[in-house]
Amino acid sequence: MEDVEAPATPTPGTLGKTVSPPPEPESTDPAVDHEEIEKLYEEAGHWDVNLGEETIHAKRIQGQFRRIKWYVASIYLLYFLGPYLRWDGRQAILFDIPARKNYLFGITIWPQDVWMLSLVLLTFFIALFTATALAGRVFCGYICWQTVWVDVYTWIEEKLEGHPAQRRALDKAPWSLRKFRIKAVKHSIWLTLSALTGITFTAYFTDAYGMWRDYFSLQGSFYIWVTPLPFLIGSYIGVGFMREQICFWLCPYARIQGVMTDPESILPAYDKGRGEPRGKISRDGSTKGDCIDCNLCVAVCPMGVDIRYGQQEGCITCGLCLDACDSVMEKVGRPTGLIRYMALVESGGKARLNILKRPRMMIYILILAGAMAGVVYGLVNLTPMKLTVIHDRQPLYIMLSDGSIQNGYTVKILNKTDNAATFKLSVSGVKDASVELLNENTTAPAGKMLTLTARVKVGADDAPKGVGSILFRVYSDGNPALDATYGSSFVGPK
Amino acid sequence: MAEKKDPYEAKDTGHEWDGIRELKNDPPGWWMTGGYISIIFLIVYFVLYPSIPLVHGYTKGLLGWTQVDEYKSSLAEIMSVRAPFEEKIAKKSAKEILADPQLSQFALASAKAVFGDKCAPCHGSGGQGGPGFPTLADDEWVYGGTIEGITESITGGRQGMMPAYKATLSEQEVNDLVAFISGLNTGKAHDPGKAVFLGQTAGQADCVTCHGEDAKGNPDVGGVNLTDKIWRFEGTQEGIKRTILHGVNQEDDKETRKALMPTFGGKLSEGQIKQLAVKVFMFGGGKKG
Repeated sequence: MEDVEAPATPTPGTLGKTVSPPPEPESTDPAVDHEEIEKLYEEAGHWDVNLGEETIHAKRIQGQFRRIKWYVASIYLLYFLGPYLRWDGRQAILFDIPARKNYLFGITIWPQDVWMLSLVLLTFFIALFTATALAGRVFCGYICWQTVWVDVYTWIEEKLEGHPAQRRALDKAPWSLRKFRIKAVKHSIWLTLSALTGITFTAYFTDAYGMWRDYFSLQGSFYIWVTPLPFLIGSYIGVGFMREQICFWLCPYARIQGVMTDPESILPAYDKGRGEPRGKISRDGSTKGDCIDCNLCVAVCPMGVDIRYGQQEGCITCGLCLDACDSVMEKVGRPTGLIRYMALVESGGKARLNILKRPRMMIYILILAGAMAGVVYGLVNLTPMKLTVIHDRQPLYIMLSDGSIQNGYTVKILNKTDNAATFKLSVSGVKDASVELLNENTTAPAGKMLTLTARVKVGADDAPKGVGSILFRVYSDGNPALDATYGSSFVGPK
Repeated sequence: MAEKKDPYEAKDTGHEWDGIRELKNDPPGWWMTGGYISIIFLIVYFVLYPSIPLVHGYTKGLLGWTQVDEYKSSLAEIMSVRAPFEEKIAKKSAKEILADPQLSQFALASAKAVFGDKCAPCHGSGGQGGPGFPTLADDEWVYGGTIEGITESITGGRQGMMPAYKATLSEQEVNDLVAFISGLNTGKAHDPGKAVFLGQTAGQADCVTCHGEDAKGNPDVGGVNLTDKIWRFEGTQEGIKRTILHGVNQEDDKETRKALMPTFGGKLSEGQIKQLAVKVFMFGGGKKG
């Protein structure tokens, strides 16, 4: 997805370096605060596309997209709170790998139900496709944990080290007690957040409260100490240091999503027709384009790109340059929206298609609906037991002394409930079939598999010639929900 | 990225072919570091583990690790898991094992390999038997189908015996007897044959000693039940006739039926035999009580 009118990736070292000195103050327009604008030029004049050789210190800007980003980011508070929720006296969300049971509030998901996981993953993927076709890398810009974590980490950085110019100065300054103190506090907070990220992840797989107890008493299993480590290291280095480089070079979705947008997708875009020719605002009532070349859109970009060169691989569509440009347009008294969410077709003057008229959207929505319906079906039809009947392979049938035919079966009953259940067995489908269990114990403990050996006997005259079908029913008198049937075959002599 | 070295500034090796120059660009640092780490790993491995083949034997390595030791330790691990079950099995009788669901489950799984080795060649992997070899999964037992009876059969083996009647019975008597026996389970009476069976004819056949007057057999002496649908040997007219004429396990008769189960008493441990008995019982034909 390259812009029609711009070179794809700006070459480092060529952008933002051609700032001419501010023109002589001559204008008499009282609406424009020229001192404010001078400051803008001064602050942002040096901006450049960064390809990893220096840390990007993006300016923070207020605005509606900034606000939306905080709202979306706050969803991650649920991630941190999730493990401590309780349900029916147990952890509400728990992926108990050793016991092979997953708890999701009132639902218990067994390995047998894992087919739903594939549909859940499909749902996520297609939802990502749909969002990308609609609004480009909206996931990257607002929801992605990398973006959100970088947002929070740099917010902390700004609180401790000051605005971007101060941060740059501090980075360059020789080591002093003050620099050490600031950096030490920053890195401790980063490390704490990174550790919390990892510990929270781990807490979804074990008893969360017990795990904290183990941490404080320096005990517990090897796993609770090791599992958070990749997250700790990943957050601290990936978020604290690599930041936008992850999105540039490491993340596969950045590349995949780039090819999934189309001319109908809305993306942050610079209105070139309105903005050009850009130029410094002058006080003589200039006739130049609306872009005053203040570079604020570049200064606020966490990816360090210049959106005025068009949509490009670095852009995560976070919308911060929209906030920046709008704030400047307000200051200079020009209409906002010089940088706005715009589809490629709109920049050519055409209207966007209704999403229902875009075949790719229809296909996405159909797959999405199918996958979600499958998950809902699966959740609604979660059974408290699982029955499997396996016909003996050797021998297929046995003739008994009275001439009747006997088939052997292995009956496996998985009791998914939290209580022990005693099961009964009956068969139908073959005339006068009688079933006998070789096991005396037909009670399956809570959450355990019960394996029974069953013999089904059919009189010589009633036995099917060759392979017939038979239906097993397994039920429990104590719990009417525990009732399942399973079709198998009954083999007689030909 | 961060390293923006111009590759064309590298040292020229002086080699040139048709205008294509060979330059000397060093591999990236991380690559070389990986290589050095591999070499260090290699040396450490060679010192610690058996590695270099010599003319006689090989270097043993400082850790003294061998595959055989590893095999032995994993074997010991398996044995330690099985030990508590084996102990219980040693203390209990086959009947008690059968009554304990956990132990019988262990016995079933554990006896599978032994059954495959020792029993399946004749009786089939599922106890289905074969021509001349009894089915273990049905409900007819020549020597009794209780768990004790099965244990005894495995321990001591079994050798069937039935005299050959080709010398003592006349052609007519044999034919009558065949008609009587094959009629037993279809409900067709045959009085002349019954007389032969009861030994009331000239040939004085001695069937009832083992098969009983009601022809239902006697498990204590291995007398087969002749009234049911299951035949120890062939159930056809010719098959029954051959069994009567040549008997079972008659040494001087080439046509005789062979019925010999080997003794496993000394070959398998008592625990193994008990587990096998449980498995055979669980094929479905075992008689309770």
